[in-house]
Amino acid sequence: MTALPPPAKVKLGLVIDLDICVGCHACAVACKEWNDGGDFGPLLDDDPYGAEPHGVWFNRVHSYAVEPALGIGNTGCEKASAARGINASASAPADSPTSNPGLTVHFPRSCLHCETPDCVTVCPTGASYKRAEDGIVLVDADKCIGCQLCAWACPYGAREFSAKRGTMQKCTLCVDRIYNETLDEADRQPACVMACPTRARHFGDLGDPASAVSQQVAARGGYALEPELGYQPVNRYLPPRPRRAGTAVAAVTAPADEAFDANQLPTPLRWLDRLLSR
Amino acid sequence: MKPSFSVIVFTVLAGAGYGLWAWLGLALGMGVYATGISALMLPLAVGFVLAGAGLLASTAHLGKPWRAWRGLTQWKSSWLSREAVLALASFVPALMLAAMRHLARDTLAVRGTGLLLAMLALATIYCTARIYSSLKPIDAWRLPQVVAGYLLLGLASGAVWLWQCLSINLRDRMDTIAPVTHAGWLTGLALLVLLAGLVKRSYWRQLDAINARPAVADAGAATGLDRFGVVRPLEAPASEPAYLMREMGYVLARRHRQPLRRLAMTASFVLPLFAAGVAALVPAAEAWLAPLALLSVMGGLFMERWLFFAEARHRVAAYFPAA
Repeated sequence: MTALPPPAKVKLGLVIDLDICVGCHACAVACKEWNDGGDFGPLLDDDPYGAEPHGVWFNRVHSYAVEPALGIGNTGCEKASAARGINASASAPADSPTSNPGLTVHFPRSCLHCETPDCVTVCPTGASYKRAEDGIVLVDADKCIGCQLCAWACPYGAREFSAKRGTMQKCTLCVDRIYNETLDEADRQPACVMACPTRARHFGDLGDPASAVSQQVAARGGYALEPELGYQPVNRYLPPRPRRAGTAVAAVTAPADEAFDANQLPTPLRWLDRLLSR
Repeated sequence: MKPSFSVIVFTVLAGAGYGLWAWLGLALGMGVYATGISALMLPLAVGFVLAGAGLLASTAHLGKPWRAWRGLTQWKSSWLSREAVLALASFVPALMLAAMRHLARDTLAVRGTGLLLAMLALATIYCTARIYSSLKPIDAWRLPQVVAGYLLLGLASGAVWLWQCLSINLRDRMDTIAPVTHAGWLTGLALLVLLAGLVKRSYWRQLDAINARPAVADAGAATGLDRFGVVRPLEAPASEPAYLMREMGYVLARRHRQPLRRLAMTASFVLPLFAAGVAALVPAAEAWLAPLALLSVMGGLFMERWLFFAEARHRVAAYFPAA
């Protein structure tokens, strides 16, 4: 049924740490590999060995440049933030990521397993559904007619249509791994979480405030994507931590009366000073 | 949004077909429709072909067309499912009316079935509009003119089809409808086309206003990183555009919108309005004015519907580098 189940106690989802994700795409590759052979595969490619290969991935890693609010005039940022009612320069304390020249943020994007997703309710067939017991949003490939309305209804781009299969495909939160009793208990995690070499991805119950993932979210100020759209995403992103601001750090940490000009030092001592100032 | 040919054919043809059935049913229900068997059967059959062809075209958009029947099951939550159920349900009173073609027009059975047909046909067009207007990630389709526009465009094109059907039918028997009433119908048709055109113009104006504002759905808002500064996409996840950008990153129409809009406006509204107006004054010219209006409105609506899809921006494009 495409009617949404009553709000579940258990809200399984992912917490993705944008601070330590290095953009290696291992999560995307591991996802593709597992799901190609899992219960919801295959994840077919169109023209895989041709000039323009493309196909279905449940998980994709984007890279963004974040140019700070402070610095070269803050008009651009204020414009962008004012549109959403966020005052970027005011909300950025001196040690926030904005006090450095800029950030590169790698941003893995997959299904957020929303609590009130439109992708489920727009489905005319009942193929798209949200599990009552743990909130995972799935597509029943045997019922899907491939009308693609669910992909249109998702602002997060979580769903990809396979022209070769004729049905919609999406992240399953590796439902065929996390309850899989033939796997070691330690391996009952989504493939993307298992593969991440920097442990930037975490899986757990975001409906339980005592769970490790919920506590991480509370401690790091984890946020949902575009909550104003009203879909109540379950997944959370942990924002980048404050970065060191280059030479500005020395000025902040050294007492003012001990300030000295490092450039006056002989070269080896200058290197030592830079090393210790890190 | 990618303007998919099958969906354009579906919305234009089905809109006209159900619009035609809505007018036919309403006129029958109110007891003001022309007499004679062919006056009933021709618009019924034309509506049958238009609606049927539209529905068949819509299944061409599906990845698994032979499973289309499953789309009838989720009417409790899905506008697409509601549309499918009502679209098929409309065929029941239409076929019943065909079966009752020998009955007198003022019998309760004919009038009641006519009203039922009108209600189901109108509800079908409304549901088609709601499929699009309920999609929150597409700002252009959230405008109130989308539902009003679909209803008016369906009714206007259906009315032009009915005009064509009746003008064929009545060519030899003009006396069955009094000239004043005939001119009155045509004036009503002209006003309907005018209203539909005004709503479409107001849609395009508001769409331009939306597009002129700084984009709400930029990469910063989409990723939630705008709290740290201005966010600029550096790299897309893959070298080749995948499904999302192929389906939702369509930019061609927004580059050429003005000439296309003028063409769609002229063909869909200006020319049919002119034709109906002249025909009301010069009934003799009706024989060629009606088909002219019909060809013009259908061609114009194909363009209008192509623009409806191609001009609409989906929020998901914000995650990707600009094309």
